[in-house]
Amino acid sequence: MSAPTQQTTLDRLESEAIHIFREVAGEFDRPVILFSGGKDSTLLVHLAIKAFWPAPVPFPLLHVDTGHNFDEVIEFRDEVVAQHGLRLEVAKVQDWIDDGRLQERPDGTRNPLQTVPLLDSITSHKYDAVFGGGRRDEERARAKERIFSLRNAFGQWEPRRQRPELWNLYNGRHRAGEHVRVFPLSNWTELDVWNYIEREGIELPSIYYSHQRDVYLRDGMWLTEGPWGGPRPEETVLHKTIRYRTVGDGSCTGAVESEASDIREVIAEVAASRLTERGATRADDRLSEAAMEDRKREGYF
Amino acid sequence: MSDLLRLATAGSVDDGKSTLVGRLLYDTKSVLADTLDAVHRASADRGLTTPDLSLLVDGLRSEREQGITIDVAYRYFATDKRSFVLADTPGHVQYTRNTVTGASTAQLAILLVDARKGVIEQTRRHAAVLALLGVPRLVLAVNKIDLVDFDETTFGRISKEFTAHATALGYSPDAVVHIPVSALAGDNVVEHSTNTPWYSGPTLLEHLEGVPVEADPHDAVFRFPVQYVIRPRTAEHPDYRGYAGLVASGTVKVGDEVVALPAGLRSTVAGIDTYDGPLTEAAAGQSVTLLLTDDLDISRGDLVAEAGTPPEVTDEFDATLCWLSEKPLSPGARVLVKHGARTVQAIVTELRARFDEQRLASVDSPTSLGLNEIGRVAIRTSEPLPLDGYYSSRRTGAFLVIDAADGGTLAAGLVGAGLPVLDGVDSCTEGGNTAPSASDDHALVSPGP
Repeated sequence: MSAPTQQTTLDRLESEAIHIFREVAGEFDRPVILFSGGKDSTLLVHLAIKAFWPAPVPFPLLHVDTGHNFDEVIEFRDEVVAQHGLRLEVAKVQDWIDDGRLQERPDGTRNPLQTVPLLDSITSHKYDAVFGGGRRDEERARAKERIFSLRNAFGQWEPRRQRPELWNLYNGRHRAGEHVRVFPLSNWTELDVWNYIEREGIELPSIYYSHQRDVYLRDGMWLTEGPWGGPRPEETVLHKTIRYRTVGDGSCTGAVESEASDIREVIAEVAASRLTERGATRADDRLSEAAMEDRKREGYF
Repeated sequence: MSDLLRLATAGSVDDGKSTLVGRLLYDTKSVLADTLDAVHRASADRGLTTPDLSLLVDGLRSEREQGITIDVAYRYFATDKRSFVLADTPGHVQYTRNTVTGASTAQLAILLVDARKGVIEQTRRHAAVLALLGVPRLVLAVNKIDLVDFDETTFGRISKEFTAHATALGYSPDAVVHIPVSALAGDNVVEHSTNTPWYSGPTLLEHLEGVPVEADPHDAVFRFPVQYVIRPRTAEHPDYRGYAGLVASGTVKVGDEVVALPAGLRSTVAGIDTYDGPLTEAAAGQSVTLLLTDDLDISRGDLVAEAGTPPEVTDEFDATLCWLSEKPLSPGARVLVKHGARTVQAIVTELRARFDEQRLASVDSPTSLGLNEIGRVAIRTSEPLPLDGYYSSRRTGAFLVIDAADGGTLAAGLVGAGLPVLDGVDSCTEGGNTAPSASDDHALVSPGP
């Protein structure tokens, strides 16, 4: 047994996230956690386990699978599910393409295509609360996001209709067909996430740490060959020491050159980085000044 | 010293709040190169020769188009001394509800004024809202000091005027600090300015790093809203029954006598559980699971409190509402009240008074309460609630008023709080009721943490 000591920033962020998970469990009928195997959603699952221990997590997980995956991440995803006895639903973008509900984009990226399978899954499973790993420090439109973010029947985010969020009293009421996106990591920064991963000893997919990989440069980002296509004739493949700072659709997630092979080195690298996480690694956010806002309005994560 | 400070900004539109926040982020090197490149590009696209730092903060398309902040933006920065969570709240008058939002969790607020305009009605109104919501400390940032030629007399006059106003609102002199700044040029934001040799106080950042913060009301009485009952019913834990929640105020120890409200069931704390192992004690701000010695009928929405000093349990109470909806409130309105983890039906039986923002005075028995108006009301609830006064417990003295039809949040509610009381000599009250009624509960005494 131990007496409480001064609460650190990480202690406070953890307590806040646990409080949010428990509010949702108390107020909603069918919550679900979006889980891709990436670091933020892995952190969500870790916090959910802590929030309800010694009872099991009272929510299933949902992965919207673009098919453009890193093998290491899918293996990791399945290990986490098995290890903690969780339930995982997978919505495959490929199924939506196969039956004509979605069309492949000319640029080959499937990241924006996740919105329709996500909304269809929310509707068919009648999910009323959807946990996401979004953080306000990621991007300017996300900085305006609520912890409980109401989405209309079309899954859309309407910035001007967001409810004021007062004290730590969250209002989860919604009408039939509407749902609420919930962001327990809202107040975490990228560095907080890594510091917490270290403190808690949380396992992550190996591609977050430095390794050797064949990569080619496109739009200023190091992409890797995969089912999403490979280098174009004019693009040269190089063998580099890299790691992934974010993990998303393989066609638009760039690697960063890095020697950081363990958690301490990653923390040192993130603390010293002069680039934001998304700016360094996400082509989809470079489309326009308001790319994220536009995708959120359409119902994206 | 706490390593986390939650703060909010407030001020009128065009006072330069977003620029000040952008400056804080920029000068603390919290803005990374790619973000800055984007701001440089966007500024150049708008024909500006220097980067517009407000673009760091104004994230929505319509905000950048109109050059105003519409919605509360949360920003994160850290120095060697502290981490900061900053709620940047818009000053545009129809979005005053966002000031209430930012202030509800703030431990300190930065109130901006334009040095050329001094203390204006919006300043006074914002200060009143910050005091009402119990923000313990204020910084008056006298911005655009470069546009009054760094004039000491102007700064002194504005400081004096604001001090009088803040004192009338219940702030003690050491809870309010005045700093002359230029957000655009950076004077006294992070670096000491050579343009204000007459100012010997801290820069804004120095003050934020060093200001003592009453992080949580540890000395206050123990309050614990039960969010969820944990009952695994597994082979390993067949009979486990724990009450999960966040300590709202005070501390709790194993062996403490507690009472579960509203039922009034008494028991003793048998254990304090977390995933990381049991604790002997838990304090405000910690999420834990309480185990009690008796098998009681306690569920989500109940409040576990210190047995010796329980809150009042009542289905009729007076409160102050900050009305945040475009649908006005009329007497007799049927609403929902969310207090702690409990949501109950309620009727607003009476509108007792309205704080008149134009006259900065109160009006008795108004017929309605509209968007951005603050009023004192009487409420009756369908079930009794365990209520603390807002200024004795900011967490368990607060509630939401919710629209039963569409679920929207209608108002921020403060149990027992009075309307802002303002200095009767203010010129703005000329021709109006000079001051609210003299009853004690109108006075805003020492805003609590």
